[in-house]
Amino acid sequence: MNHFLRITGWATLAAIFIFLLGPFLLIAAAGLSAGETLAFPPQGLSLRWFHAVFAMDNFRASFILSMQLAVASTLLALLLGVPAAYGLSRYRVPGREVIRTIVFTPVIVPGIIVGLALLRHAVIPLDMSVNLALVLAHTVLVVPYAVRVVTASLENLRPDVEEAAVMLGATRLRTFFRIVLPNIMNGILAAFILGFVTSFNQVPVSLFLTGPGVTTLPIDMLASMEYVYDPSIAALSALMALMSMVIVLVAERLLGLSRYV
Amino acid sequence: MSEVQNPAGAPGFLALENLSLAYGDQTAVENLNLEVREGELLALLGPSGCGKTTTMRAIAGLLAPQSGRILLGGEDITAKSANTREVGLVFQSYALFPHLSVFENVAFGLRLRRVAGDELNRRVIEAVEMVGLNGFERRLPRELSGGQQQRVALARSVVVRPRLLLLDEPLSNLDARLRLEMRSELQRLQRELGVTMLYVTHDQVEALALAHRVVVMNAGKIAQQGSPADIYERPSSAFVAQFVGFENLFRRTAQGLAGDKGALPWPGGIRTGMGAAALAWRPRHVALGHGPFEGRVVGASYLGEAVEYLIDSAAGTVKAQAPTQLERFAIESTVKFDLPMADAVLLQSD
Repeated sequence: MNHFLRITGWATLAAIFIFLLGPFLLIAAAGLSAGETLAFPPQGLSLRWFHAVFAMDNFRASFILSMQLAVASTLLALLLGVPAAYGLSRYRVPGREVIRTIVFTPVIVPGIIVGLALLRHAVIPLDMSVNLALVLAHTVLVVPYAVRVVTASLENLRPDVEEAAVMLGATRLRTFFRIVLPNIMNGILAAFILGFVTSFNQVPVSLFLTGPGVTTLPIDMLASMEYVYDPSIAALSALMALMSMVIVLVAERLLGLSRYV
Repeated sequence: MSEVQNPAGAPGFLALENLSLAYGDQTAVENLNLEVREGELLALLGPSGCGKTTTMRAIAGLLAPQSGRILLGGEDITAKSANTREVGLVFQSYALFPHLSVFENVAFGLRLRRVAGDELNRRVIEAVEMVGLNGFERRLPRELSGGQQQRVALARSVVVRPRLLLLDEPLSNLDARLRLEMRSELQRLQRELGVTMLYVTHDQVEALALAHRVVVMNAGKIAQQGSPADIYERPSSAFVAQFVGFENLFRRTAQGLAGDKGALPWPGGIRTGMGAAALAWRPRHVALGHGPFEGRVVGASYLGEAVEYLIDSAAGTVKAQAPTQLERFAIESTVKFDLPMADAVLLQSD
């Protein structure tokens, strides 16, 4: 019986991993193809499509935009999220739970709706540039992660540590920079990484906001799939997935990312 | 008990005038008046929720009073912000800065005061030595034991020479042996530095052993203040009496005494303590094996030096302690007991 249970357990675990990793492995395998068309199983093995991806100008431009967008929107989100998390966890803000819920809505509401709403009621009426619209939209999407992760690390710092600094003569502001900030730095780094990955891989909201000539890498890939049939898209997808995995893995190793989310 | 002499510093160095404090809309302290001498070690004693910590936080400037004034050295500091009051605070949780070494923790307040170079080093080292932690300067707080952390917290607070040092249950997170050690350490520090200290605690033994003067608080008000001996031997109310160990409390009636269960007729009526509203006895003063009263033993705990009995009497449960070497009484047995009038404390109010 015990034996049977153990086998079933392992089998279930294996099934879950295949389910989770399978698509990624299929795409990666398709990208490793030596042939001219996207197919599985791959026709021979080679890295030619991985090389080819780096030579494509449009992908390079959208990759750079995606990077810039991810960095800018994550930094902005932290600029808003860190003070917000601090205020919500340290002060008796009236309607604190309501504010928390509102802050988290971009995570809960489907991206399609967020994108459409932003386009119809913010970007078009205010006549925003594509770049600005993207940065603002991604900031809105990343703020919840920033608030949540920073809140978690603030909870590990007792408020009386701050009071001790005040009693020794520090102002609240100095206390924040000298005592609070160094102690939540890991949380802020974790939030940055999560935010960066979230923004970098974002599709549904960006779909509404990108314009001709200004597009993010995932959107660019989506568009390319309609007329490009070679394995370059598969190679690029594999690279992107790999990049996110490596970032999160390194973050987990260095910061214990999973403690915050 | 070795008694400490109250220093002859200026009275009213710290003065609380009609202080009322609240958390949200919940009143915690009402119309409190209190004076502390310069150089005095005053203990604020009371059960949790009595308002002692709230009072301390108001003195620190971490809580704004609803009404009333706080004066320090004659100056009204009620509206002054916490970081400019020059009042030190030692927290129950130590509250050390987790990312800073012992040296930097102690140096923090000095750096804010623009002390630098040799003077900074000298003063930090001096403070670290004073609490016996030389050699630990490079350690981080998490690499220290609880007792060591509390010493760092002390050094950190006194190194900036505060006008007043507040201590919030500083020993309650330490084990019994360390607590004793830190207690004498605190007394020594206070003697050497002469700093005025306000010590908040719920532990009567600690308050009595440490303080020049004890203020007992209950439900946001001062229940009694006086020397440790006053408080311990002459409690003025039922609350203070029970708090300092007069656990057997009876109301005075025409026939004798009454507890929460019923009357305990006194043979021949009570002649002494006519004006008293209540009388109370410590468990060790209840004499067992003889006397005019009778009860059933419902509990017995061995305490080493003594055995503590719970006796079910006509008036309610009586707690008695008898030295171990005396006669033992079995549970469910009936025992005679006496409440010697000489050991009773007479209380004006119950």
